[in-house]
Amino acid sequence: MAFRQYKVGVRMFGCALGLSMMITLYMPSLTIVSVGTTAIGLQKELSYGRISGFSVEDPFNLGWGKPVTVTLNKDPKTGRKIDPMHAYVYKAGVPFPSGIRHPRILGIGSKDLSLGTGRIDQASEAQGAVFIVNEEGDFNGKGYPYVENATATRGWMPDQILAAVDDSNKHYIGAGKIMFVREQCWWCHTLLPEQTQDWQYFGIPPRLGDFNGESPTAFGSDRKAPDLMHVGSRNSSREWLMMHFFNPRLVQPHSIMPRFDYLWGTVDVDGDPIDFAKWRTEYTEYAEGKRVYPPEVPEYHPDTEIRYLIDYVLSLK
Amino acid sequence: MVKYLFARNEDIPAGTAAIYFGFSSIIWFIIGTGLGSFNAAKLAFPDWVTGSEMFAFGHMRQVHVHAVIFGWISMAFAMAMMYITPALGNTKLWSEKLGVWNCFLWNFGLSLTLTLLWIGMTSGREYTDFPWFLDLYILFLMVVPLGINVWMTIIHRRTQGIYTTNWFFGTGVFMVGIVVLVGNLPEYFQLTGLTEAYLTWWHAHNILGLWITPVAAAIAYYTIPKITGNPLYSHRIGHVHFWSIVVFYSTPAAHHIMSSPLPEWLKSFASVEGVLILVPAIAFVSNLLLTMTGKWHYFVENIEVRFTIVGVLLAIPLNMQGGFQQTRSINWYIHGTGWIVAHAHLALLGFSTFLEAAAVYYGIQTILRRKLYSLSLANFHFWFLLIGFCTYWISITIAGLIQGAAKIYEVPYIDVVIAEHPYMIARWVGGTMVFTGNVVWLINMWMTAREGTVIPEGRMPHELAYER
Repeated sequence: MAFRQYKVGVRMFGCALGLSMMITLYMPSLTIVSVGTTAIGLQKELSYGRISGFSVEDPFNLGWGKPVTVTLNKDPKTGRKIDPMHAYVYKAGVPFPSGIRHPRILGIGSKDLSLGTGRIDQASEAQGAVFIVNEEGDFNGKGYPYVENATATRGWMPDQILAAVDDSNKHYIGAGKIMFVREQCWWCHTLLPEQTQDWQYFGIPPRLGDFNGESPTAFGSDRKAPDLMHVGSRNSSREWLMMHFFNPRLVQPHSIMPRFDYLWGTVDVDGDPIDFAKWRTEYTEYAEGKRVYPPEVPEYHPDTEIRYLIDYVLSLK
Repeated sequence: MVKYLFARNEDIPAGTAAIYFGFSSIIWFIIGTGLGSFNAAKLAFPDWVTGSEMFAFGHMRQVHVHAVIFGWISMAFAMAMMYITPALGNTKLWSEKLGVWNCFLWNFGLSLTLTLLWIGMTSGREYTDFPWFLDLYILFLMVVPLGINVWMTIIHRRTQGIYTTNWFFGTGVFMVGIVVLVGNLPEYFQLTGLTEAYLTWWHAHNILGLWITPVAAAIAYYTIPKITGNPLYSHRIGHVHFWSIVVFYSTPAAHHIMSSPLPEWLKSFASVEGVLILVPAIAFVSNLLLTMTGKWHYFVENIEVRFTIVGVLLAIPLNMQGGFQQTRSINWYIHGTGWIVAHAHLALLGFSTFLEAAAVYYGIQTILRRKLYSLSLANFHFWFLLIGFCTYWISITIAGLIQGAAKIYEVPYIDVVIAEHPYMIARWVGGTMVFTGNVVWLINMWMTAREGTVIPEGRMPHELAYER
């Protein structure tokens, strides 16, 4: 490099960049990982599964390899009525979320309880497992939420749980988040209420522990539509969401949201093929004032991407 | 191109790699801005081209961003490096063959990755949307060969010193490798939560700050002294620019997610460092504008100088905005609004594009030794680019300020959407003007290559008169 100045300069450059990366990458990560998970964080990561974007088990973001969240009203073994609770069913072969694979990230307390009382280390992806979240565990005198491996502690098997509930209590939240990421909803709908009026209008901002194990976080950056962090609490109507997705201008005439009718697939809930072209023609007539009522939105078949997406949106409470 | 891929390095004419990169970059610019225009139309007229998953806004939006960043901007940078780095070292490019292969693999890789991104294979993280195995392709087959070529050319130079431009080129291509590697750690190692969000934004910020900004600025350090004949105003200020970019631009990544629960000390640190970005900005702008002393007639007469100086001037609002919009007091209002979109386009379409366009204009003429085919077409391109960009920038800034107001006034969100509708239309018009200008540019460059006036040896393009 000829000049001695350049040798000195290159080393100075290395030090400068290295120091900058140390201060801005390494040190914050120490702060961030010192905060443990919250109950919401556990619920989310168990609902979403391992990754909500490109992954080896789901390269084209079709919703493969994701868990099913079920709402249990009766105990699966005895049949007695219980307070409604959520269970996160991982069929055989579905990868576990980071909190189960690397319990260290759950933070002190949650990690110890999950491993000890929860027995999550006994869960195996090859056989599948059912998890539940306990919000009030006790570790060294303080309360922590933790994950319980119900397959090990209560003998609940994945297929048994899925058979014990009917379809309306199954929520494909993990697959739905894949839809949210693939269709890139997060480009307009943020998931991060900001300051002042946002907090009153869209709800409280998330806490650090709420993101534990979630990947990607999909905050969004460029809001052109209402924030969705707590949309499930504001708007829990499946029918409204169905119409809104099929053609947003049905329920919100000035909306600029694209139509997501292609997520309905080809058949509706009764198995009849959906005639999109006819629907669009009738809608155009309605929009031009030639029809009084807009055409009916076909009800989706339970095994469609729109079902997954609506399950996810409604889970954002 | 195939014959050059398999020829011996000595047989490939000097400047071949640069020419391939140059024309590729213009074509990607057309594709990228075409996609941008398409997306803008969908925001302004949401029922246009509807009902198909592949043409939905969600699928096409990131293809636009990645086409312009990795297609236009980065390939124009590669072109600049291929011909400016050797010229500044008074030597030839270390390996034209590596450059040609780099260009081929770049085009192939980018086409592949954009197609996969389009059909839905996305990682869900902004600016690192490519899945990790494609990021590794980008790193090892696009960035590293470019870096090797640039570094070996600098090391084997025949001048003693290294000029400012080459400092930026060399370190820029090195830093972008690190940024791509580190920024995709969440994907390789499956990091989660806020760490993952923060690393993603560290990557996004440093692609802009350690790749796009320094390399674009470096181009100006070459074109202005070269064409006007004035030496650079101050070597010392060049030093200030270089070192302050490394120190102040790599640190404030946290400013992208100020409303997230990041540690407060990190946000404050980022704010301070971020405002200090004004140091390299002022150093750069003052140095370049003072270099023009006595030669301001070139701004009127010479298209490359005009592009460069407009780019330099656009750096003023860019860095003023950037410096102050990351303080908490301003960030809470404008975050997540169109103001940020306008700022991003000011950086990439304003500052960066104008500087690269100058490099591509100058490079193609110099390497092929052909004078620009038509000044009228070049002026058309310049004005359509400038007016189109300004229309975009101003309309979306206003829309952004309106969106920010929604955080203060409790209005139904739909009122915001209604209010910003005219600006969405204006944005579409502006972006389409840019697209049109680029199509004309390609025609002009193609005709230059085929029928431009031959520039005799030893003369520079601007020493010949424009004929059309």
